Amino acid sequence: MEGTDGELVVAAKAGDSGAFRELVERHGARVFQLACRITGNEQDAEDAVQESFLRAHRQIGRFDGHSSFGTWLYRITANCALDAIRRRGRQSAAENPGQEVASGDPTPERSALSGEIRDRMELALSELSPVERAAFVLRHFEGMGIEEIGQALGCQPGAAKQSVFRAVRKLRKALEPLASGVKCK
Amino acid sequence: MSHLSDDELTLLHYGEAIGDLHLDECAECRERYDSLRRVLAAVEMPAPERGAEYGAEVWGRIESRIEKPRPRRRWVVPAAAALVLLLGSAFEAGRFYQAKRQPARAPDTGTEERILLVAVGDYLERSQIVLIELANADPDAALDISLDRERARDLLAENRLYRQTAERTGQAAIASLLEELERVLLEIEHAPSTMPPEELQKLRHRLRDDGILFKMRVMGANVEKL
Repeated sequence: MEGTDGELVVAAKAGDSGAFRELVERHGARVFQLACRITGNEQDAEDAVQESFLRAHRQIGRFDGHSSFGTWLYRITANCALDAIRRRGRQSAAENPGQEVASGDPTPERSALSGEIRDRMELALSELSPVERAAFVLRHFEGMGIEEIGQALGCQPGAAKQSVFRAVRKLRKALEPLASGVKCK
Repeated sequence: MSHLSDDELTLLHYGEAIGDLHLDECAECRERYDSLRRVLAAVEMPAPERGAEYGAEVWGRIESRIEKPRPRRRWVVPAAAALVLLLGSAFEAGRFYQAKRQPARAPDTGTEERILLVAVGDYLERSQIVLIELANADPDAALDISLDRERARDLLAENRLYRQTAERTGQAAIASLLEELERVLLEIEHAPSTMPPEELQKLRHRLRDDGILFKMRVMGANVEKL
């Protein structure tokens, strides 16, 4: 099915399930990646992906178009990913290293990282609470503003900001001694 | 010259604050900023790639649930009632048993709190979904909340059972959160089925100002740790 996301949303609001299917097909992989980063676990991420689209379908009548469909969907995904972590009763997949996600293809930056930095990073990420991890992922990888992160996580912007700060402090504490050899982007 | 704090440097890095002028003048802050940038540039959270067909696979998994709306969970309230009854009986039995064996010893409130926390964990999760949907709704448009009212009514019945048990077993923090949640759910249940924008805005502000969603998350985190 052709059309922009906006056109598909209009059709989906009118009950066109084919249009919603197209939105799922377009955004599925990215939603999975976001869920995976927040949960740190493929199984939880898969659960979160399904729940995100089900929730998006239930709420699509309320999507106002002020943000892009993708941004709106990723906010829902962040929430579902946190729910998935809670359901599993674990703080993060890093506490169960055997179940962590498999690494993706190495990027040039990734190849440049030493094993020690990677170890420290895994340790630092394991020390983030689920909310800190989600807030950091939304800010650092998705480029969401603090206000939007607050909406996604169901907290006030101040609390969202503090979650980002705490995450950055923890990462900094763990990585700063070793990151001096890494080039800034 | 006052320096930028680490948090201010973080905001600056993410484009949420303006402080470039200070960085031009202050070598110390510039050095700290560069260090922060190096750290954040090194952060990676690799996630497996999914191919072009992945979206179709997801659709295949959810299609049947989308076409057929899920029936309301009529079993939820009776199940909650049974659980609460069981919890209450266990609590009383434990007290009786302990009183006979060791009259001077206080009941193990930690265990009771854990049992109740686990019981309300799923309940809080379902309540959050309703509140988050309303909190994220378009604040400038009237909203049909007939489905939310129905869900609020179901949740209220459960809430009362859990709250009364929490009060009876002396778990003030849980009781207080459930009482707060009960007020919000009552408000939703009694709202008109089409909520005008100003009412929706009030509810959104209230959810944010009271921080109830945040408190529910904190309680959820406590459940996780059990």
